[in-house]
Amino acid sequence: MTKKTTGRLKESAIRAFFFACGVLAVIALLGIFATLISTSFPAFKDIKLSEFLLSKNWDPTSPEMEEYGILSMIMSSFIVTLGALLIAVPIGVGVAAYLSDVAHWRVREIVKPVVEILAGIPSVVVGFLGIVLFAPLISKIFNIGHGLTALNGSILLAIMSLPTIISISEDSLTAVPPAYGEASLALGASRWQTLFRVKLPAALSGIIAACMLGMGRAIGETMTVLMATGNARTFPQLPQALLRSVRTMTANIAIELGEVPYYTAHYYALFAIGLVLFVITFVVNLVADVVLHKYQEREL
Amino acid sequence: MKGSTKKKVIQFFGFFLLRCCLFLVLAVLLLFLYDIGSKGGGAISWEFLSTAPRRGMTEGGIYPAIIGTFLVTMITAVLAIPLGMCAAIYLNEYAKQSRLTRLIRLSIRNLSGVPSIVYGLFGVILFVNILRFGTSILSAGLTLGLMTLPWTITASEEALKTIPNSYREGALALGATKWQSIRTNVLPYAIPGMLTGTVLGLARAAGETAPIMFTGAAFFLPMLPKSLGDQFMALPYHLFIMSTQHHAIVQVRPLAYATALVLIVLVLGLNMTAVIVRYRLRRKHR
Repeated sequence: MTKKTTGRLKESAIRAFFFACGVLAVIALLGIFATLISTSFPAFKDIKLSEFLLSKNWDPTSPEMEEYGILSMIMSSFIVTLGALLIAVPIGVGVAAYLSDVAHWRVREIVKPVVEILAGIPSVVVGFLGIVLFAPLISKIFNIGHGLTALNGSILLAIMSLPTIISISEDSLTAVPPAYGEASLALGASRWQTLFRVKLPAALSGIIAACMLGMGRAIGETMTVLMATGNARTFPQLPQALLRSVRTMTANIAIELGEVPYYTAHYYALFAIGLVLFVITFVVNLVADVVLHKYQEREL
Repeated sequence: MKGSTKKKVIQFFGFFLLRCCLFLVLAVLLLFLYDIGSKGGGAISWEFLSTAPRRGMTEGGIYPAIIGTFLVTMITAVLAIPLGMCAAIYLNEYAKQSRLTRLIRLSIRNLSGVPSIVYGLFGVILFVNILRFGTSILSAGLTLGLMTLPWTITASEEALKTIPNSYREGALALGATKWQSIRTNVLPYAIPGMLTGTVLGLARAAGETAPIMFTGAAFFLPMLPKSLGDQFMALPYHLFIMSTQHHAIVQVRPLAYATALVLIVLVLGLNMTAVIVRYRLRRKHR
């Protein structure tokens, strides 16, 4: 009898242990959020929230008047990300459509791991290639002094978000019920028409989710934009901004956190940028998640 | 008749366009690997791999950076592998469909979307300041470990999902407890897959820069770290410095290329190792 009770106790202890490990994910996420909030809160003793979010001027080390506006960094982040999506979405969806509908299965078996290799290249290496490969090319083509521009960052981020976009789009295209395609072909549509007018629309929510996940990755990417976009502290104005240096939120944190004196308004303000970044990526990922989830439920 | 020819022409060009997309992606990857391989290969020598940088990092090798990356990845593994596996066991074996389970899954997916620099900020506060580990291998490794955790959980769960339910039911039917059935009938078959997935996560962590920049990686250190409380040099951070912060960037470009090559070989090598480990372990179980 006692043996049975100890056995049961042991079982529930083991269960509790695994449960604790699982819950750790929730604690970690909340912990990151709480840390960012508590560390950025003191910044707003000295800085007005409206100035922080809406002013274009960021000059925390100015001798006369310190300024803490992050609007130009938010804009820079969005411009670089938008550029990346404009390049990556058509190409990524194209590759996904090719793999799911046109390619021989052997080609698919080879290409998928190759795309994984692309995902495995560290961001610092991609940034390095931006400096040595793409920047000189951009400077030559557009005849500008140096190629460390928003466009350079966009191209690199596009390459980095391609694997995400390709693999999730391909999954959602393969998940379209075969009956859809068969019905379309039976009605006399060509394979191209079937792909373009039946399968792509049917997989649209998955593809949108894929693009949003790629976008989340691009906004939060640090090393690549830090190395490849020049980091000038100016307000980006479209459309010239693509060929100018920009400084994104991530790059600004990376540049200034190493030099800032601890526990100053500047220090706290850097964490506040981190908080803004966290909130933006959180919302983007959450929306992608909801879209993807709905899509999966409908399939079931 | 005419309509069908038009259809065929459009289809031909459409598929051609899609094929071009694929070739473009493959061409970019080839260009990357070729550029780094051809320009980095020349500067690689035994001396480069086994000595420290000299003369303001314009000569010498990357030995301390290799060692630093190795040590920090070990810490990452110690944190992320066991925790990731245990969390996956909970999710796949114990968890019921409940609101809490959904919350855990949602958190994991969102954790994997948190930008790496935000993990760096978190590491500065929690490990460097609050826990007083300072800027050290330990702080950097734990920060990377936390970042790797969602990947290892997801990968481990994928591996657990491949084990058929009949394995579990067989043990339970013979009177085994839940844990006994997991230990004897699930884990032995799932661990190869779990390890593969987690090593892939480790490879990604080894190449990360942003989380370690402020939690322990150093610009240059004359000697190797003596304990886990010391700062360290790391390959990705070294590459960043050699390509953007160095006072003679053009002069040290060959060294930067060689560093990039070593980093890529290391990361892709870890990937290959994972695949080989899985293959070996699977054969053993047959």
